[in-house]
Amino acid sequence: MRLLRIVPDDTKFDFIRFRRISFPISALLSIVALVAFFTLGLNFGIDFKGGTLLEVRYPNQTLNIGDVRSKLEALELGEVQIQEIGSDGEVLIRVAQQPGGESAQQAVVGKVRAALGDQVEYRRVEVVGPRVSQELLSYGIVGLMLAVFCILIYLWFRFEWQFALGASIANFHDIVLTIGFMAIFQIDFDLTSVAALLTILGYSLNDTIVIYDRIREMLRRYKKMPTDELLNQSINSTLSRSVITHVTVTLALLALVLFGGRAIHSFSITMMFGVVLVGTYTSIFIASPLLIYLGVTTRTMAEKDGAEDKREQRAERPAR
Amino acid sequence: MLYFSKWKALATVVFSAVMCLMIVPSLLSPAAYDSLPSFLQRKIVLGLDLQGGSYIVLQVEQSEVRKARLEMLRDDARRVLRDARVGYSGLNIQGDSVQVRIREGQDAEAALTQLRTLAQPIGGALASSGQLDTDVTRDGDVISLTPTSTGIQARTIQAVSQSIEIVRKRIDQLGTTEPSIQRQGSDRIQVQVPGLQDPSRLKALLGQTAKLSFRLVDMSVNPQQALQTRPPAGTEILYSQDQPPVPYVVEQRALVQGEDLTDAQPSFDPNTREPVVTFRFNSNGARRFAEATQQNVGRPFAIVLDNQVISAPVIREPITGGSGQISGNFTVQQANDLAILLRAGALPVPLQVVEERTVGPGLGADSIRSGVMASIVGALAVAAFMIATYGLFGVVAVLAVAVNVGMIFGALAMLGATLTLPGIAGVVLTVGIAVDSNVLIYERIREEARAGRSAISAIDAGFTRALATILDSNITTFIAAAVLFYIGSGPVRGFAITFGIGIITTVFTAFTLTRLMVSLWVRWKRPQRVPI
Repeated sequence: MRLLRIVPDDTKFDFIRFRRISFPISALLSIVALVAFFTLGLNFGIDFKGGTLLEVRYPNQTLNIGDVRSKLEALELGEVQIQEIGSDGEVLIRVAQQPGGESAQQAVVGKVRAALGDQVEYRRVEVVGPRVSQELLSYGIVGLMLAVFCILIYLWFRFEWQFALGASIANFHDIVLTIGFMAIFQIDFDLTSVAALLTILGYSLNDTIVIYDRIREMLRRYKKMPTDELLNQSINSTLSRSVITHVTVTLALLALVLFGGRAIHSFSITMMFGVVLVGTYTSIFIASPLLIYLGVTTRTMAEKDGAEDKREQRAERPAR
Repeated sequence: MLYFSKWKALATVVFSAVMCLMIVPSLLSPAAYDSLPSFLQRKIVLGLDLQGGSYIVLQVEQSEVRKARLEMLRDDARRVLRDARVGYSGLNIQGDSVQVRIREGQDAEAALTQLRTLAQPIGGALASSGQLDTDVTRDGDVISLTPTSTGIQARTIQAVSQSIEIVRKRIDQLGTTEPSIQRQGSDRIQVQVPGLQDPSRLKALLGQTAKLSFRLVDMSVNPQQALQTRPPAGTEILYSQDQPPVPYVVEQRALVQGEDLTDAQPSFDPNTREPVVTFRFNSNGARRFAEATQQNVGRPFAIVLDNQVISAPVIREPITGGSGQISGNFTVQQANDLAILLRAGALPVPLQVVEERTVGPGLGADSIRSGVMASIVGALAVAAFMIATYGLFGVVAVLAVAVNVGMIFGALAMLGATLTLPGIAGVVLTVGIAVDSNVLIYERIREEARAGRSAISAIDAGFTRALATILDSNITTFIAAAVLFYIGSGPVRGFAITFGIGIITTVFTAFTLTRLMVSLWVRWKRPQRVPI
């Protein structure tokens, strides 16, 4: 059987020189993302904004969206979004946070239920009060920062500070682009989005580290090689792996996007963008070339190893 | 790297198999599950987003705890001063403290000593940290009692514990299956009721403090007059539930309180056929109620629930039997709920609903269906791609990933963890990432072979080098999952659990199972050429 081979053996792409294109592109994209974030803003879900969300289904084609709208407008609940989803008579109703503290939010569900009656199926009802939503938001932000910090510390111990710094700049770039993406397409930003961001972060790092690992190995092995050539070789020799893993993760995510259902749709879409489009690109075109600017040379590793770890060096002696 | 001792190989296979088999109890029928020995009674719990149900978070307000403490201090101060025969005026709550003016200057020091006894050590007398929960100070002839903030915090925690008990009793009365009631943080209670579709009755039941008291109605003043001036000392104005509400002047002091009830049941009044709640007092309550009714024949008394007058019957004759009934134009459901509330007892402070999420059974079933669908499609697509790329080694990878997924579910069952829809997404994602460890190994083997090694030597070196990388890259991803678990709640935590477990099992299968399968193949085939 002839096996599928996506990346040919011994590719010699000059990824490092490509940084003259990829860095400006990334800078531009980051600016676009930031502008989108500050002008359009994120489409905060009720997790972070507070308020009420109801998902109801009208049986047997009895849905009359205009009727629903007029019934709900009569309640005078302030900002109410009504959105028909699918073709099964399902409606998503979002009511903005009410003035008047926690109990005012609770009253909304009762009013809406009374207005729509018992003939409809209430598939999902969520009410988040002002206090909880504020806490969830600060938890989310703290969580993201904590994760980046912990990973930085780990990388610093395991590699060198240049690598830790390179990885976190790349990380930051991933998060900025993904948040920009969510702002531009106004994807619901809720708790699962924070989960998506953290996973993107973890995944992109995973990718970056595989390449960094190789760079570290090469630095120890070829003491005389110029840095850019060394980086290029490292990326090229891990390229087949990067692409194949990329494909498998894409397949898994595609299944989630297509069949995973609406409840995790914004999660899957965000992951798709972050992991498939940004994560891998970052590892290859940003994280690795960055090391040149951060002053990684063969000396870096030599200094770290010094006299220690003779055993490890023997184990890593070149094959040829 | 390729050498496996028999024992290690056996241990690997047995461990993987046992982990996968841990899923079996979750698949059994409830009857078969119950017949298992207790150490096997571990199963995956479906999250509310998959099985449908209500999730409610209740909050104990510190301001309410402070208010309740101030009211208690005020009542205690009144009793203490009366017992000590100290003349005072203007005993009331001023902001965050209770203040009282002592009439005679020479009594002030004695009163201060007496009132100091009201301050209690924080955490009870046993856990004496030496800190008192109330500051008692004197400024001239004014004495103030101020609860300290640490004291209020301690009381809040206590109030949460008491409330959990009462919430549990109330919910148990609803007859729902397996409700879960847990403390969340220092001042919240998280309630999960699987299968509950409309939590409005539950919220109504939990939203009431249910403080019941029987108090005399003060007939010396007309309520309308009292509204315009001030109610007499020791009384307050409370309203009935009628529309429009009728005001009553009732004494602040209760004849008997809800704590003295032993039982409450809904029933019908034999004369009017109207739903009522019948109750029985304990011996203490019965005696006090008997005494009070004996002394006040002909006067009305008010039955007060949460500062609302339910009814105000006139005492026609002394009630000595220790039982009675409450009527108040109830519907059958209202009478039922009131009986539940009275049986379960009063909450120490009101609870506030701060978050509510309810998923109907229809959406839950849809979510399970789409989760299963996505898993199957994702797994098949990845498996097909891996076999197309790596042939026989691809089959090894697929087997390893299959065992990996089995182990994830086994571990979930063993931990009794909750599986949510994002949790299923975590499994699907793990499938995508788990094959990465195989890809890393295989690509490295190919590289080593290209560098001129013999097949066996290339495979050996490929494993050795790739495993170091696998460890490094997975530890960083695991850090992200751990943070997610720590900060997340509900569905997000469900994702973090499966994702985190998935990373551990991925590393495990890469280090053991994949290596074992490849080494068995190498021993059997003695390959001259790497087949990938």
